[in-house]
Amino acid sequence: MTTLSRELHSFAGLRTQLWDALLDCDEIHAVATVRTAVGGFDGDRCAAVEHVLLSLIAPAQARVGLAWAANELTVAQEHAATAINERCVAALLDDAADALPPPHRGRAVVACVDGEWHALPARLVAEVLRLRGWRVDYLGAQVPTEHLVAHVHTSGAEAVLLSSSIPSHLPTAHTAISACQAAGVPVVAGGAAFGDQGRYARLMKAEWAPDATAAAELLARGLEQPGPEAARTPDLDLPHLKDQEYTLVRRTKAQLVKQTLADVENGFAAMRSYSEFQRERTAEDIDHIVGFLATALYVDDPALFTSFITWTGGILQARGVPPRCLVPALDSLLHQLGDFPRAAATLTAARSALTIPHPGRHE
Amino acid sequence: MVSIPEPTCAGRVPQARTSESRASESRTSEARPSIVVDTGGAVVSVSDGAGALLPGAHPGARFADVVPPWLARAHDERVALGEDAYPQPARGLIGEHGVDAFPGRTRRGALLWWLVDDGEARSLRTRLDSERARSRLLQQVSSELLASLNVDRCMEVTARLAAEHLADAVAIVGVGSGRSRPVTWCVTGGDAVREKVAVDPEEMPGLPEALLGFPPVPSRWIDPRRVPSWIVPADFAGSVAELGSVVVVPLPGHGLPAGAVVLLRRSRESAFTEAEEDFARLFAARAGAALSAARIYAEQTHIAGVLMRDLLPPELARVQGIDFSGRYRAATAGERIGGDFYDVHPAQVEDGRPGEAAGSGPGSGSGPPAGPGRVAGSGQSAGAGQSAGQVSAAVTGQMSGPGQAPGAGQTQGPRQPSGAGQTAGAGQAGPGQSTGETFAVLGDVAGKGLEAAVLTGKIRNTVEALLPFSADHERLLTLLNTALLSSHHTRFATLALVSARREGRVVRLRVTSAGHPAPLIVRGDGTVEAADTRGTLIGALPEIKVRTAAVELAPGETCLLYTDGITEARGGPLGDQMFGERRLRQTLAECAGLPADAVTERVQMLASQWAGERRHDDMALLAITAPRNTHLTAVDGHTRGRFTA
Repeated sequence: MTTLSRELHSFAGLRTQLWDALLDCDEIHAVATVRTAVGGFDGDRCAAVEHVLLSLIAPAQARVGLAWAANELTVAQEHAATAINERCVAALLDDAADALPPPHRGRAVVACVDGEWHALPARLVAEVLRLRGWRVDYLGAQVPTEHLVAHVHTSGAEAVLLSSSIPSHLPTAHTAISACQAAGVPVVAGGAAFGDQGRYARLMKAEWAPDATAAAELLARGLEQPGPEAARTPDLDLPHLKDQEYTLVRRTKAQLVKQTLADVENGFAAMRSYSEFQRERTAEDIDHIVGFLATALYVDDPALFTSFITWTGGILQARGVPPRCLVPALDSLLHQLGDFPRAAATLTAARSALTIPHPGRHE
Repeated sequence: MVSIPEPTCAGRVPQARTSESRASESRTSEARPSIVVDTGGAVVSVSDGAGALLPGAHPGARFADVVPPWLARAHDERVALGEDAYPQPARGLIGEHGVDAFPGRTRRGALLWWLVDDGEARSLRTRLDSERARSRLLQQVSSELLASLNVDRCMEVTARLAAEHLADAVAIVGVGSGRSRPVTWCVTGGDAVREKVAVDPEEMPGLPEALLGFPPVPSRWIDPRRVPSWIVPADFAGSVAELGSVVVVPLPGHGLPAGAVVLLRRSRESAFTEAEEDFARLFAARAGAALSAARIYAEQTHIAGVLMRDLLPPELARVQGIDFSGRYRAATAGERIGGDFYDVHPAQVEDGRPGEAAGSGPGSGSGPPAGPGRVAGSGQSAGAGQSAGQVSAAVTGQMSGPGQAPGAGQTQGPRQPSGAGQTAGAGQAGPGQSTGETFAVLGDVAGKGLEAAVLTGKIRNTVEALLPFSADHERLLTLLNTALLSSHHTRFATLALVSARREGRVVRLRVTSAGHPAPLIVRGDGTVEAADTRGTLIGALPEIKVRTAAVELAPGETCLLYTDGITEARGGPLGDQMFGERRLRQTLAECAGLPADAVTERVQMLASQWAGERRHDDMALLAITAPRNTHLTAVDGHTRGRFTA
């Protein structure tokens, strides 16, 4: 225990070192830092590597995301920092190669949902499982569902671990989950997309793990193999989809975005002087808003949309844009989707979350 | 083991039992026992069946005398109610039979009682229940088996279901190659165990026949004492001597048998009946179909995998002190390959470790997962040497290593690249053929899907064979053009070629586009410029013309090769716009100073998100980046962190 606490203590210094190296795109020092961290442990090398992966590299990656949100990092820097973090993971696993236990616990597939680019969390899960003696097929970022299912069949894997960080991928994740379950293979979902305490994962009848350690423990306990009754179309899990609101919003997404953009331009004089580049960013923001609205309708949870809108508000604020500029877009959507009760309620809830904190102000 | 209720034979009604009561003339041979009574209460006629139930009943007898009191009472009530009333059925015992008596009328108006033995109804119900249970089980078998296309898994499911529903223990003998066969065992309530064992099917009575797909040997012919010990699951409580009954059924595949199921029951009392054997065959038919589907799927996947191996894009890393990163996304989500391709061929270095260098050069020869790692590894060591200023020394005649195209040496020696004069930058490569340059190519074949992928394979092989000419891009392209024109493919291709060499901290490139979008250079300050190169596409015209550009990358700068799948991706928030070169340049401007991996990831991500769920063409990217760091790290799996200046 003394070794561990000493190391935990000195992680503080290493944490800063790693962060500086990531910001600086300095692969050498990043790798050297994580190697030093592992070197500080006596005894089981695999345990040491796992500890550094989860207590040094994972928090650094989380900080990358937060720093981007706070406008301290550009998107490009975020990519660069992630690429270097990936190299750190590779380096540690490479060092530990001869200490790795031979695979003795069965075979697991680790993959990101199609469209999901944040691969590092899945990578960490894959490496932790490997360090604990699992045979792991790591399929990486944005795995098309067809590939995933084909791999499940050919490999005969016992479990699929599916990662997604952005909720807009939930419908795709749901398809992947039910496809794997129909093939008789249990699925553990992980990542921020699956909601607080994995509520959306449960909605999709998948197991859920909050982090890599929990996922490994879940697998070690043994998962129940889905029976023939698991073969179903995903919509059967979500009876509210019968109202077609999700389907219609998804199908008319481009039109909704176009109309909203036009409405926002009409109502917001400053936008007429926007450059083409700025207009495009606005269109992208509206595209995201409609995407999240569709997802909220899919899982029937207005809170998903509200938290996206408040989060976006925070992002805008960090970039010197008042969050209230989202209100005209919400109003336009509310006008266009007024006949859809769930969509209207979702939009209204998000709108009041944006406006209520500043009741005195007017546009 | 939960036994399936045995189907009982219908129609075992009393008729059979009482054949001694000969039918008199007045007895009708109605299918159902019935008795006709006139209004005066005298029996008119008695059917065979009714006569058997009521031996005293004969025409002329008083109905009330020959039937039990409950039926006489029912008859009286019916008469009292009159003709208009709706008569009710009655029930009671006749002898030891429970009988339902249904009232009716003959055509002539006489009263009629149908007598139905409710034992028959009970037996029909039992039969119905058992049929239901059987079809439920068969349905369960089908849906569990159809879920998986994995052979091992199908075997396990079959063994588990058989042990649960048909027998106390099960062994499934599969079809193997050579002398060993896959055997899956399961006992009721246990887990399936799978192993490949060298066994002789002849030892098990009935097994050779079953494996050949002959009609099964009846269970009663098989002596349980002759069952070899390898058939009996290890966790089967009890020995071979305790086996009571054995059934061997073939697993019929599509055309060829998929194996055989051996069902074992412990005691003689619960021996397999004929009906159970029949059911086992039904079960086996379903399992066999699922197993052979899984086997066919596995074979096809394997064949596709082997054929595709050389068509998959290689994994890239640092080669000779230069960072490479490639990304690929096929047009069809279900496919991994398409009409775009890229390759990186490290320079072949004479000193150092030629064996390794040669092995890694033709990367497509070894499988992609194994190849790239080695490429990077050998590149690393060579690069480390080079960056210490030994470039020219390290790179004498590149083609002396083993494993190169025959005849390359001769071609190379005398033929001074004809294009050396015109080709900008060829001079930098030193006199003539010598390079020490890493050769990278990215291309796009007209069309998409598998046909295009096959042609990319041919082009990649041809380019590899033409590597001796890689110092002279125009010459290489001319040869490739001739090769493509003379092949039966009518498709053409566009390519971008890069020869890259690290000199100190900078990377010098010679870049040639053959009908391809000019590679984009990302400068340290975020400026994006197109390489000044252009040329004819390949495989269409007899003569080609190209212009090569010389480019120098300072540390952190990137040269990006891309296919038009990126720029022509349609979509965006408004759904109908092209991603276009303008957005690509905008994206790259934000990528100044990024590692190669981050550049390709960023571009591919934005282009894919732009296309969204809409159709897009194949997308390929290849970034060539001068590393920012002066030292070389080794995180590719081959060398520990090495710090060189």
